[in-house]
Amino acid sequence: MTGRDLLPIAAFALIAACVPLFVTSNVVLNFLVFTLIIALAAQGWNLLGGYGGQYSFGHAAFFGTGAYLTAILQVRFGMNAYPAFAAGIALAALVGLAIGFMAFRSGLRGSYFALVTLAFAEVFRVLANASEVTGGAAGILIRLRADPLNFQFAERGTFLWVAAALVTLALVATLALERSRLGAQLVAVRENEAAAQALGVDVLAVKLRAIVLSAGMTGAAGGLYAQYFLYLDAQIAYGTWISVEALLAPIVGGAGTVFGPVLGAVILHGLAEATKTIAGRIPGIDLVVFGIVLILVVRFPPRDIPGLLKRWRR
Amino acid sequence: MGFPPEIILEAVLNGLLTGAVYGLVALGLTLVYGVLHIINFAHGALLTAAMYAAYVARASFGVDPYVAALPLAALFFGVGYLVQRLVIGPASRGKDENILLVTLGLSIIIENLMLAVFRSDTRSIDVPYAMEVIEFGPALLSYPRVIGFGATILVGIALFVLMRFTATGKAIRAVAKERTGAALVGIDVAHIYAVTFGIGTACLAISAALLLPSFYVSPRVGNAFVLVAFTIVVLGGMGSVVGALVGGLVIGVVESLSGLYLGESLGQIGIFLIFILVLLVRPTGLFGARA
Repeated sequence: MTGRDLLPIAAFALIAACVPLFVTSNVVLNFLVFTLIIALAAQGWNLLGGYGGQYSFGHAAFFGTGAYLTAILQVRFGMNAYPAFAAGIALAALVGLAIGFMAFRSGLRGSYFALVTLAFAEVFRVLANASEVTGGAAGILIRLRADPLNFQFAERGTFLWVAAALVTLALVATLALERSRLGAQLVAVRENEAAAQALGVDVLAVKLRAIVLSAGMTGAAGGLYAQYFLYLDAQIAYGTWISVEALLAPIVGGAGTVFGPVLGAVILHGLAEATKTIAGRIPGIDLVVFGIVLILVVRFPPRDIPGLLKRWRR
Repeated sequence: MGFPPEIILEAVLNGLLTGAVYGLVALGLTLVYGVLHIINFAHGALLTAAMYAAYVARASFGVDPYVAALPLAALFFGVGYLVQRLVIGPASRGKDENILLVTLGLSIIIENLMLAVFRSDTRSIDVPYAMEVIEFGPALLSYPRVIGFGATILVGIALFVLMRFTATGKAIRAVAKERTGAALVGIDVAHIYAVTFGIGTACLAISAALLLPSFYVSPRVGNAFVLVAFTIVVLGGMGSVVGALVGGLVIGVVESLSGLYLGESLGQIGIFLIFILVLLVRPTGLFGARA
């Protein structure tokens, strides 16, 4: 990594840092913070799905674990928010290791890996909905104590800085991974697992490292969500919506690229807001747009678009 | 274990009856897998759409769901055919991950269109026989579920006849076994793919009509069924029609018993655990079927 590689990331950080200086509308800030949280969750998915080619349909398992532990340690055990957040990330990574160990050791790939991750997320959702420590169906509420020492901020703009800083960190980490030996091995596994193995890549170890990093990052997004909205229930934390969001953004913005998830999250949520403005408050209409965009992106991959345009011009 | 034998017997029998309809939902999934080798993530959303269609038939036109079953099956055959021919086929360009994503996209679109049109309220239809029961020895069986069981068996037989004795069935089996070979002898593979997808969707329409008298409809109702259906398909062996029906019965009983012992909210856990366990413990069997 040279200074030049970091330039686009620095530009992102600078722009994000300037936003609260010019934008005061709470609606806009809210939208931006939410989009950044999604971008962070999606960056986590990207490490495993984008670089490693292992498509998880259940990243809610990690998001929810990060979110719930951050909340539970504060509410039930009186822990400070920062160590609780760190513990949430650690547990999410551990859950990633456990799921990854079971799934990858059994050789699950492609659709089967997607199915098993989906099933794990659903198990967690049902358990969280029935368990007492998570607050069951009523959910769990973190007490409002707006103080930077509690990882809560009176101003939304301040929270935007925090979220942007974490996304920046995730971007740097992704770039570092891309340039690392692990990153190269991961891409090799994605492109041709058998060939990678034949060349001496320890496929299982590579996949496990990727899912641990991936789960930890998505878990961080969950913890951040908990600190921002201060409320969780099983449907929010472990619902399919976040699994889909985490997968959609990288696919739309470019899976296996450093900026893909951020770009995808901004495009998708920008589109969603635009749709809501045009179509009014019809429930679900923004998600219909997500679905259409997903199919179009798969049908016409963005990296092919320059080629398509060239052919079309002729 | 705490329950008198009649209660347990009743739970097992009702589980078998519900399981048969689960099996019918899974039948469409396994058929599509067996021939197209794709996991259709839009299966649940298509079931939701079919349940709303049956709901509208009853609520707006007064047609009994059992009467509507066959016309709906024809309609959804068309829907399935077109979806495969116009969307999934062209968009996936033969890649596994693409099919995964395209069918996921379809399910998001269908589910949320239902949400936009019908809003998130749960709805149910009002039929005179919804609460009726049939006495079977010491057990009381729900009338709609007995009908569902019988109809599933009929559909199973019809499907068997179709696959075994018709030219289309022969072509489907040929494509499932050896796509390139089938294409070489002049079978239109894209057409057969779409027909198979259509048959799978038609099975869903019949399941929807059978489920409606005893289940609520909501935009997300398909999700619950599709995870059950995935479990059944994995348990019964991907692509196996008999496996789907037998797996359906097993899962129906498991759900019924774990609901009895663990309570409603934890009852689903049993199914998911079986699902994960089968995926993890017997992956070679699964991949053997895939190759």
